[in-house]
Amino acid sequence: MRIRYDRDACQGHNRCYLLAPELFDVDDDGYAVLRVEGEVPEELRGKAQLAVDNCPEYAIGLDGD
Amino acid sequence: MADAGSDMADEGATGPPGPSGCPVTDWSTDFDHTDPQYAARAPEIWDELRSSCPVARSERFGGVWLPTRHADVASIAHDTDHFSSRGVIVSVFEPGPGPVGYAPPITSDPPFHETARRLLLPAFSPKAIRPLEPTTTALCRELLDDLVERAGEGGVADAAIEYAQEIPVRVIAHMLGVPASDGDRFRTFIHRIMETGGQNDAVDPADTLSAYLLDIIEQHRGSVTPRGDLIDFLLDARIDGEALDEDHIVGTVALLLIAGIDTTWSAIGAALWHLAHHPEHRARLLAEPDLLLMAIEEFLRAYAPVTMARKVAREIELGGRTLEPGDWVLLPFPAANRDPRAFDAADEVILDRAKNRHAAFGLGIHRCLGSNLARMELTVAVREWLLRVPDFELADPSAVRWSAGQVRGPRTLPVRLRTITGPSSEEAA
Repeated sequence: MRIRYDRDACQGHNRCYLLAPELFDVDDDGYAVLRVEGEVPEELRGKAQLAVDNCPEYAIGLDGD
Repeated sequence: MADAGSDMADEGATGPPGPSGCPVTDWSTDFDHTDPQYAARAPEIWDELRSSCPVARSERFGGVWLPTRHADVASIAHDTDHFSSRGVIVSVFEPGPGPVGYAPPITSDPPFHETARRLLLPAFSPKAIRPLEPTTTALCRELLDDLVERAGEGGVADAAIEYAQEIPVRVIAHMLGVPASDGDRFRTFIHRIMETGGQNDAVDPADTLSAYLLDIIEQHRGSVTPRGDLIDFLLDARIDGEALDEDHIVGTVALLLIAGIDTTWSAIGAALWHLAHHPEHRARLLAEPDLLLMAIEEFLRAYAPVTMARKVAREIELGGRTLEPGDWVLLPFPAANRDPRAFDAADEVILDRAKNRHAAFGLGIHRCLGSNLARMELTVAVREWLLRVPDFELADPSAVRWSAGQVRGPRTLPVRLRTITGPSSEEAA
């Protein structure tokens, strides 16, 4: 499972950063920054799904399984 | 500043007669978001309209639309070509031209919008807001000490007036560098702007938000030592090497003051209103404090306070209706948040709702700049209340009064304090 993050769609709601700080950081302007390259560690898959399901702008997706 | 004065429509002008005084009988053809019925039962009105007339029109305010489906609200919020932000509060007055507007960046359209917004973003990022949490915690505890002292166990306190209302006023005053003791004055200005749609009586031009802010800004300019607050920050800010013009500074300070107060007050009050009549939710939050992270987002979804507005810039079809240039469009994010097409069990409060793409802070380029501040205040306010008053109930459900207009929240909220605990001995987090 890999995270797809669309910086153009992100409006800085910061929901991903709150729910999954292991996977998302924020920059100085408050936009999300992906913290993992490549595969999401097994134990963080639930948090990755939460980030997807709580992004109001549909800026986060998951690829693969 | 003449712009802000007339466009915010509260300030001493006498305009065309407002539509109030004529009660609404048909919400699908003649709605009025400033009507007392809307204050009392807006969520029911949105539900009715969503199924019977999802893009409703009223001839009031010179022609205004009310879309209630999530998909329509989202498409308008994302479409800055057809919908302009030069007017964000529906009023009997016509807002000025774009693209800067009277309170940048909320009233600005692209491309100026991004310039004005970028300037402010760093001051409101999650990491910039976090240091304000201990101050906010201490402030909430102080308010609770007073409230508990006055009411006593078994007594009645007004959670909206004595608690929720005070928190954002003091926090934003601290950030802006204006005296917290001016809270009552801010609230009067804000009420005129946000809840009456310009339909208030004429006021003394010296007693307006514009006049107040010009005075405060002059005091900052004349100050020898910088105070490091947001007004100093705006006075020092440069766009392409140029200082911001005075209209921009006054408009932005007005925005920060207005946008941060009624809104957060409403969100805190609504969450406490919910908890007052849901003992099972109080018990769960006390037993599982970590759940507050998700519960706060659910309160924001279910009781989102803010409805924004737009002006139609170019003709567009929406829900089979034709929206004409110059029409007002209300953007009821709270109605979008209760659309069953977008949320499972939309009318239920589910504290650990796992899929919650709520739009309480708007959608698109105008996402609430202060969302991290509001979220922090709401979290601290609810947490501290529950620690100090773990058991409480509505003292008189019929005495709860909700605001009309574009910011919805309880304005009177008498609650009986059934159990009070001692003041917290912990250091403010």
